Amino acid sequence: MDLTRLLGQIDVPADWVGLRYVDETTTTRWVRDGHPQANDRCRDRGIMVEVLADGQFAYQASSRVDAASVQDAAEKALAMAKAAAPYAIHSFTDSARPAATGSYQSPFEQNESAMNAGDINDWLLKSCELLKVSDKIVSANALARIVQSDHYFVSSNGSHIDQHFLIVTTGSMAVAQDGPVVQTRSDSGMRARSWQIGLESMDEQRMIDDSIRVGEQAVELLSAEECPTDTRDLMLAPDQMMLQIHESVGHPLEIDRILGDERNYAGWSFVRLDDFGKLRYGSDLMNITFDPTVPHEMASYDFDDGGAKAERAFIIKDGILQRGLGGIESQQRSGVPGVADFRASSWNRAPIDRMANLNLEPGESTLDELIGSVEKGVYMEANRSWSIDDYRNKFQFGCEYARLIENGKLTKTVRNPNYRGISSHFWKSLKGVGNADTFEVYGTPNCGKGEPNQVIRVGHASPTCLFENVEVFGGEQ
Amino acid sequence: MEQHFDAVCAALFDALKESESLSISLGGETSQFTRVNGDKVRQTGAVDDISLSLELVADSRRATSSATLTGEREQDTAMVQQELERLRAEAALLPVDPYIVAPAAGETSHSDQSGDLPAAANVVGKLLPALEGVDISGIWASGRIYRANANSAGSRHWFASDSFSLDYSLVNPDEKMVKATYAGSEWNQADYEQSIAASQQKLALLDKPSIQLKPGNYRTYIAPAGVSDLLGMFSWNGLSESAMQTGESAFLKMRNEAVTLSPMFSLSEDFSAGRVPRFNDKAEVSPERIDLIAQGELKTCLVSSRTASEYGVESNNAAEGEYLRSPVMATGDLEEQDVLAALGTGVYLSNLHYLNWSDTHGGRITGMTRYACFWVEQGEIVGPIENMRWDDSFYHFFGEHLEAVTAQSQLNPDVGSYGGRELGGTECPGILLNSFALTL
Repeated sequence: MDLTRLLGQIDVPADWVGLRYVDETTTTRWVRDGHPQANDRCRDRGIMVEVLADGQFAYQASSRVDAASVQDAAEKALAMAKAAAPYAIHSFTDSARPAATGSYQSPFEQNESAMNAGDINDWLLKSCELLKVSDKIVSANALARIVQSDHYFVSSNGSHIDQHFLIVTTGSMAVAQDGPVVQTRSDSGMRARSWQIGLESMDEQRMIDDSIRVGEQAVELLSAEECPTDTRDLMLAPDQMMLQIHESVGHPLEIDRILGDERNYAGWSFVRLDDFGKLRYGSDLMNITFDPTVPHEMASYDFDDGGAKAERAFIIKDGILQRGLGGIESQQRSGVPGVADFRASSWNRAPIDRMANLNLEPGESTLDELIGSVEKGVYMEANRSWSIDDYRNKFQFGCEYARLIENGKLTKTVRNPNYRGISSHFWKSLKGVGNADTFEVYGTPNCGKGEPNQVIRVGHASPTCLFENVEVFGGEQ
Repeated sequence: MEQHFDAVCAALFDALKESESLSISLGGETSQFTRVNGDKVRQTGAVDDISLSLELVADSRRATSSATLTGEREQDTAMVQQELERLRAEAALLPVDPYIVAPAAGETSHSDQSGDLPAAANVVGKLLPALEGVDISGIWASGRIYRANANSAGSRHWFASDSFSLDYSLVNPDEKMVKATYAGSEWNQADYEQSIAASQQKLALLDKPSIQLKPGNYRTYIAPAGVSDLLGMFSWNGLSESAMQTGESAFLKMRNEAVTLSPMFSLSEDFSAGRVPRFNDKAEVSPERIDLIAQGELKTCLVSSRTASEYGVESNNAAEGEYLRSPVMATGDLEEQDVLAALGTGVYLSNLHYLNWSDTHGGRITGMTRYACFWVEQGEIVGPIENMRWDDSFYHFFGEHLEAVTAQSQLNPDVGSYGGRELGGTECPGILLNSFALTL
C-alpha cells in the first residue's frame, strides 16, 4: 500500500488531507469442554480519508483504496467539512495534526507462525482438560486470540508513520456447580492477559499451573462463605486494580468527556477543567502515569492517530491531578495539558480521546507488610462485575475470588465479593501501595466509548494496593 | 450490492468440493455520522463498510473467517476464493468438532426497505439550525444497512434497510438531562423539530431543585427505556440455552428450582414487525414468535442449532450467540396517564445506566439512575433526584415486587454501532414496583 502516492494523487481544495490505513487480522481460537468452539480469522482493512476545510475536519472511510475511490472519498469529506464548518465546535488548523515521521514495532520473540492452528487447539484442549479438576467443574473454557495490526498514516503536511502491533490474549475459565451454588473462576479475569507479545506468551508450564489453580479455586469457592457485608479495609490485587484504575481514574480524566462530547453516551466527569494542577485526587501514595513506553503493555505506541508523539507523563503525582487524558484537539479546545491519546478503534472510526497505558506506579510496601497492617479486611482478585455512574463517581465492582484478612493474616476464602464507593473519596483512602515485586501488567481489548461506538485496547499496570474503610458485601442470599 | 453478493457466493459455491459445505454471510453499511455537542458539530463523516463471513465445514471440522470487501467484483472474488483455500488448509489441522451442524436447505427471503434520507452533505444543514441555543449532545446516524446470507444447501436471504436516528440528550444549566431518540426511515423536518421541542418541554420539568435520596427500598416506576436496559441483560448469561447448560445463566433457578416470576411478566422473541432479519448466520430462519417467559414461567430459551446438537434439545434457530434479536415484552393494564397516581409516593425512573450482573445466579443486577428521574409524592412530581446506584434482583422486580405493567408499549431503537450500525430494538412497556433497592 503506497499511501504517499495515493496522497499525491488527491486533488481537492482542502487546507489539509490525511490518509490513515489500517490492516488488522484477528485470529480467535476457543475450546470448551474438550471441543473446539471457534477457529476464526477476521481480516479488517480500509482507509480513512480526512480533510480539513474552513477549520472543520471531516472524514470518509472506505474499504476501496484505488486512486479514483480515494479521490472520491476526499471530495465527499470536503463537502461534509464545508457544510459543517459554520457550526464547528472549534476552528482547527493543521497544528492539530502535527507533522511526524517514524516507525513502531511491538516487541515479540515468536511470530504467529510459531504455532499452527492444530498446535494452538492442542494447547487449549490441554488447558481445558486440566481445568476440570473435579466432577463439579461443569464447564471449562480456554481461549487464545492473536492480533496482527498494521497502521499507516500520511498527511499533506508531511507525516509518514507506520506502526505494527502483535498482540496475544490468552484466557481460561472454569464454572463449578454444586446444587444451586455456581461459581466462576478465571486466570485474572477473562482477557486480562493481553499483551504486545509473540507466541512465547503461550508458555506451556504457565498454562498447566494456571489451569489447575483456576479449576481448584472454582471448586474451593463452592463451599466458601459469602463475603461479609460491612465496612473494612480492602486490598486489591493488580488484576482488579486494572479495572479500578480504568473506570475511576482513566475515564473521568478524558478531556473530551469533561468537554461534554460523551454526555449522550459514556457520560460526563466529576472532574472539571479548572481542577487540573490542583485537585487532590487521592492520597499522597497515588502516582498515576500515562506510559506508552512500557514493553509488552497492550497500548504501547510511538504516535497516536493524529500523529502526536507519545511520551510518558505523570497524570497524578503524589495524589494531585497534573494533566488530562486528551489529544491535541482536546488540548486546544480546553487549554488543559494532555497526552498523545487521540486514538481510533479502526479505519472506520474517527479518533477520540482514549486512555492507553494508564498505570499506578509502585510504592514501597511488601505484600507481607500490606497484609500485616490490616486488622480486619478482605483481599480481592480478578474482576467479574463493573458499573459506575455517568460522572464516574459512584461505582460498584465485583471480583471472582477473595480471602479475609484477620489480625494481619490472610485467612478463609469468601465468595461473591463486591465493593462499592465514590471515586472522589475512594482514592483518598489509599493507605498502602505495594512495591515493584507486587507490580503486574495487564490489558483489556474491550474498552467501549464514543459515538459512533468504538471498542479499543488499553493497558493497565499496578501493584497490590490497600484502601481503608470500604463498603463490601456478598451475593444474593 | 445484491448482485455483488450473488456473484461472490456463486464463485465460492462453484469452488466447493463435494464433501464440503459453506455458509456465507454479508454485513454492511453506508452510513453518515455527525456528533453534536452544545449546538455545534464535534465530528462529521461517513463510512462505507462491507464484510463477508465464511463458515466452511469439511470432514467434521469447522473453520470460519471474515474479510472486508471492496465492492469490486474481480478483486473480491479472487480474495474470497483465496480465503476458501486457506480455510480448507486450516480445517485439516483442527480437532474434530462433534457438534457441527451442516447448513440445511431451507427458505429464501428478500426484504428491501427504502427510505427517504438526507444526503450526507445536507445532514448538518437540516439538523443544526433547529438546535441554536440548545445544549445538546448526541449522534446522528443514517444510511443503508445490509444483511445477507446464503449456504451451499441452497438457502438465500437478503435484507436491506434505510434508516436514520438522532440519539440525543438535552442538558439544562444544572446539568440535568433528558434523553430522546428521533428515528425512522422517512425524514420529516417538522417531526424532527417537534421531537426537539417536546424534549425541551420535558427538560423544563428538571428545573426544580434536586432531591438527594437515602439508600433504601422505594416504590418505583421504571419507564420503557429503563425496562429495555433491564431486558438487555437477558442477552448476557441470560436466556441462552448454552449458558443454561454450562451453568452460566442467571435463569438457572427458573429451570432447576421451578422458580417463577410475576404472572404479569411475559417476554417473547417476536420478528413479526420485520425490523430485523429472521435468518441467522447459518441461514436458519427463526419462528416468527418464540415465547420465552409466559405469565412468569420459563417456557424455553434461545437455542441455536449448535447448542441443540450438543445437548440434544430442539433448536429454535437462534443466532449462535443466543442473544435476543427482537425482544417484545407483553403489556399490562396500567394506563400511562395513571402512572403517577398509581406510584403515589416513590421514584420515577426514565432511564438506567451501565448495568451489570452483581450476582448472576441470584439474578441481581446493579446500575445507575440517569436522565429524567423524579421524586413523586401523592402522584405529583416534587423534583428531580440526584443519580442513585441501585442493586436488585430480577427475581424481585419482575417477580413479587412487580405491581403493574403499563398498557402502552414503546419501541426503544437499538442505536448501537460497535462493529457497525445495529438494527431493530426492544419493544416494552413500563413497570410499577412496590419495592426497588437504591444502594448508594
